[in-house]
Amino acid sequence: MTVPLLEVEDLRLTYRSRGRSLRARPVEVLHEVSLTVAEGETLGLVGESGSGKTTIGRAVLGLARPSAGSITWDGQDITHAGRRERRALARDIQVVFQDPYSSLNPALTIGDTLAEPLTVQGVGAREARRKVGALLDRVGLPADASQRLPREFSGGQRQRVAIARALAPEPRLIVCDEPVSALDLSTQARVLDLFIDIQRRTGVAYLFISHDLAVVRHISHRVAVLHRGEVVETGPAPAVTSAPRHPYTRRLVLASPVADPVEQEKRRAARGRLTVSVETSPTPDSTGATAVQKTDFHRGTR
Amino acid sequence: MTDGLGPTRPRAPRRTAALRKLLRDPQALTTATVLLTVVALGLLAPVLTQHGVNEASLEHVDADPGTGDYLLGGDRSGRDIWARLLGSVNTSVVSALIGTGVALVIGLTAGLVGGYYDRLRSITEWVFSLVMTFPGLLLLIVLMPMTKGDHRVTMLIFGVLLSPGVYRLVRNLVLGVKNELFVDAARVSGLPDARILRRHVLFAIRGPVIIAAAFLCNASIGVQAGLAFLGVGSATVPSFGSMISEGFANLYIEPLQIVWPSLLLGVITVSLVLFGNALRDVLEGTVSAPSKNTARSSLATRTAPVGATPPELLVIEDLTIAYPTPSGELKEVVSGVHLRLEAGETLGLVGESGSGKTQTAFASLGVLPREAVVTRGSIRLEGRELLGASERELQRLRGRTIGYVPQEPMSNLNPSFTVGAELAEGLRAAADVSRAEARERMLTLLERVGIPDPPRTFASYPHQISGGMAQRVLIAGAVAAGPKLLIADEPTTALDVTVQAEILDLLRDLQKELHMAVLLVTHNFGIVADSCRRIAVMRQGEIVETGTCLDIFRAAEHPYTRMLLDSVLDEHSVRRDPPPSVSRILAKEER
Repeated sequence: MTVPLLEVEDLRLTYRSRGRSLRARPVEVLHEVSLTVAEGETLGLVGESGSGKTTIGRAVLGLARPSAGSITWDGQDITHAGRRERRALARDIQVVFQDPYSSLNPALTIGDTLAEPLTVQGVGAREARRKVGALLDRVGLPADASQRLPREFSGGQRQRVAIARALAPEPRLIVCDEPVSALDLSTQARVLDLFIDIQRRTGVAYLFISHDLAVVRHISHRVAVLHRGEVVETGPAPAVTSAPRHPYTRRLVLASPVADPVEQEKRRAARGRLTVSVETSPTPDSTGATAVQKTDFHRGTR
Repeated sequence: MTDGLGPTRPRAPRRTAALRKLLRDPQALTTATVLLTVVALGLLAPVLTQHGVNEASLEHVDADPGTGDYLLGGDRSGRDIWARLLGSVNTSVVSALIGTGVALVIGLTAGLVGGYYDRLRSITEWVFSLVMTFPGLLLLIVLMPMTKGDHRVTMLIFGVLLSPGVYRLVRNLVLGVKNELFVDAARVSGLPDARILRRHVLFAIRGPVIIAAAFLCNASIGVQAGLAFLGVGSATVPSFGSMISEGFANLYIEPLQIVWPSLLLGVITVSLVLFGNALRDVLEGTVSAPSKNTARSSLATRTAPVGATPPELLVIEDLTIAYPTPSGELKEVVSGVHLRLEAGETLGLVGESGSGKTQTAFASLGVLPREAVVTRGSIRLEGRELLGASERELQRLRGRTIGYVPQEPMSNLNPSFTVGAELAEGLRAAADVSRAEARERMLTLLERVGIPDPPRTFASYPHQISGGMAQRVLIAGAVAAGPKLLIADEPTTALDVTVQAEILDLLRDLQKELHMAVLLVTHNFGIVADSCRRIAVMRQGEIVETGTCLDIFRAAEHPYTRMLLDSVLDEHSVRRDPPPSVSRILAKEER
């Protein structure tokens, strides 16, 4: 195992509840999360809504403030990096968000969106334009796309633009927060293949966040399973996704339907057996969950 | 949406799009022309008149229009009314520019800063609340000795008084925009805050601010004229207010004198308001309502109901739904769809976004949007034609014979009612039961759909229950009156996969128990494989393939179905290649 590029250790993160009432208590959404991403590898981070997977990504990007623990980048502690440090880190750590519609500024042309991070880092206008052309080519968009506005593109194409923007500073890590969840089936497969292709060519590492086990399985070398703010299982992708050890992971695997009527019937039966064994152990009741406590939100109790 | 990279729509020139739209809008064009003409008249005053605004001549006291070169006559002091009108235009323009400018500069800056930085917000909030407590007009009059009646200084102060409005508008807009992902993306790109604010935030909020500016101009002009009418301000500066005031005093001698300034001020004010409204329509994209003719769901051809009751529960034949485009033509989103659903069976309606699957489902429920036009076809439920049926008939069907489970459970529960109240109301509308009976039946049903503590959930508000619970509640509501057909539109898309599995189980169990037919609209082949007996695959408004679940998964005939099935990521698509060696890639690049 090589030295990890990104190391998250015992990370805790607390959100203040909304409102100023005295009863509003802070909610801890991450409880001592630890994970590593090595150079050039994909770590799939899988979990359900409210598990804190997006929060981990935002903490790594500096968009959320951890309350304890550390985030180490290439041997350097960046847990509480200041604005200037963050700006320097922008060369190395980039992001692709879930929603291709709100992640692009509707008023800027694709070319401007892509050139902006470059010019801020001191790249000349002509050089920036040349690079934008190369980036568009890399993500499979036509060169004339740079003159157009985001609204002229479909969801899949916009996500390609977002990927190009992330690639612009030639980062070593891209945090991908559900980058294909908003896309149609056929588009999803193509964008995932683009991610893999880019990784093979540039050696960029991905922290790939998704709720969809099939997507994570397709792109990840290693997988970490997150459940209610804790990593319950980490390991090589094939092992975790086909022979999970933790009961929660097992439940997750059996709950994802297979696109095969016969197989799915078997899986449903297997899940039925698992549910029975789970039901005998006490599970917390979720009807009391409030909208404020996002952590408690979708909790499937039966 | 496809990911195809073929030629998309013709290239729209950037940023000029809004301007061009504005020029095409008759209201914007007319009012802008009027305003520009008025401003031009003011600017050309030295050319258009030979008389100074304060040049009095005794011969022209209350002169009639057209006397000598006094185009509109003279006023009480023998001054040229035409020259004074043009002078008043200039005064108004200057007032509008100063008042609006000051309000915008202060309000925008403070609004951007206060909206973006949470820490500074309490300060800006406090300051502007203080400014808002000042009684505006009174302050302007009291400060007369300081301003010496100069309308420019007055407007400077008035601009400050207007700024809280701009501040509040901008602050709210910024609060909305700053959590947009593109702002996060800009921060991750390492852009400095000043640049993010200027380029990303300001740009995103410019529309409403521009619109507000038009109304601020109006306010400034109105207040300046009002003050002058009251006699606050320098007597030597021509103003609509002072002209109206003088004309008013002279009403019985020369009634026309009050008309000219009132008319011009009115034209300016009305034009500004209308221009502001037109701006709003163009920048905020208010779609004009489609004309009544196309709005009503009309039936071109109506198939007569067949005599004998067919064995099928739901028969959709040749259904075609179209929407009017901005150019007035109809665009088909569903074209010639045929579907048959037998009692008690589950049919999966599968397709990608924009394939028309939800439109087909909505048509069966009779809840298509108002502008939708059903151009032809027929939807029959137990032999009864639904298209063209009266709203009352449909209402009787919905809930009783057809149940509906929506995609977003949360947004389909009214936040101001308890879950129980809403469920009981739905049941009482569909079945003739007493309040107590409805409650009893709903509690039993809630228990049946797997809610752990039915009385507690019954008394809860929607925000107090989870998404999975909400969907169970809605399912309970949908099956309460024992419908024969349940239409579920992506019922689990908004839910977690573990909850999804449970909801699908529940739907399957209920379907068997109640012998319902289920029309399951979904994009997920896993769900189809789990729950459906038959599948219909839709693409771009057409059904490309129908068949039993087993047949289609084993041997799909249509290439589109095959392509979709190939795109499904299954167990076998595990990544096997090791992480690329970065050093090797770098070495290769250097070569």
